[in-house]
Amino acid sequence: MKHIQKIVSLLVTISACWIGLLKASIIPHSYTWLLPIYLIVSLGCYGLLMVGYGLMIFPTCPKEAELLQKDIMEAKEFFKQRGVDVDSD
Amino acid sequence: MVKNKGSDVGVHNKYSIIIPTYNERLNIALIVFLVFKHLRDVDFEIIVVDDGSPDGTQDIVKQLQNVYGEDRILLRARPRKLGLGTAYIHGLKHASGEFVVIMDADLSHHPKYLPSFIRKQNETGANIVTGTRYVKDGGVHGWNLMRKLTSRGANVLAQTLLWPGVSDLTGSFRLYQKSVLDDVIKSCVSKGYVFQMEMIVRASRKNYHIEEVPITFVDRVFGSSKLGGSEIVEYLKGLVYLLLTT
Repeated sequence: MKHIQKIVSLLVTISACWIGLLKASIIPHSYTWLLPIYLIVSLGCYGLLMVGYGLMIFPTCPKEAELLQKDIMEAKEFFKQRGVDVDSD
Repeated sequence: MVKNKGSDVGVHNKYSIIIPTYNERLNIALIVFLVFKHLRDVDFEIIVVDDGSPDGTQDIVKQLQNVYGEDRILLRARPRKLGLGTAYIHGLKHASGEFVVIMDADLSHHPKYLPSFIRKQNETGANIVTGTRYVKDGGVHGWNLMRKLTSRGANVLAQTLLWPGVSDLTGSFRLYQKSVLDDVIKSCVSKGYVFQMEMIVRASRKNYHIEEVPITFVDRVFGSSKLGGSEIVEYLKGLVYLLLTT
């Protein structure tokens, strides 16, 4: 099954539940009508929270940049001895 | 005799490391040096696919062949810039290992992580091991807040819409079983880093066993990488394309 079909069937299921709720009037209609809006708002909040949280814990590695510089010096030294021309860049 | 856990990694398999280059004269030399430094007891070959760099990348590769041997470093050049996807296909044709590693030539992928890719594959028998920047022990250096924000936004969007089962979709430091790469690459048509995302999403849909290892990503030291509005549009188009076709 294509992925879009999975997502569409999920949406259809949710709408079916919602229509069922509307028909059955277990909870007042005025509340049921607002449910899709709540859903969209909470999806948006979820997205924003995930991005914000991801930013907060964004892993960085400043040490790696220093280590890389050391590796580069080591490699250049090695190639100098072997006569490989890496300096003219 | 007590076996050293670090050195008996991947002793039975051969690994082909495919590195596409365009004007990476200095970087390719540094990468080759670091690969040989970190993969001492492993049978491997490096396949450089150069797209006719005018800066003499191929001359340097020939000099490296003199140092390390022509059987360890293969130069498989193409006449001009022909795209990343076809560069891998081109390199793959000449690969003789059971496993293929693809990595960028700009030193943002450090060869010191190669042993952990190989070890992970040995331990789990995975079809694909992919490097991820977004977990503990992984990380990124050299990105400003805007770049981090776009990256996180793009990732959350892709995770929510595609459910890919891997944490880093656009990373391109990966180890593939050769037959698996052969199979997956044929069905991929995207360009740029959408191509990397398409590869991993299609592999995941084909139910290949995918494992992750943490890697760090130091944004290119020589030269600059950019992420503008057009890349974001391309990314969104890629997302929709993958949503509809996978």
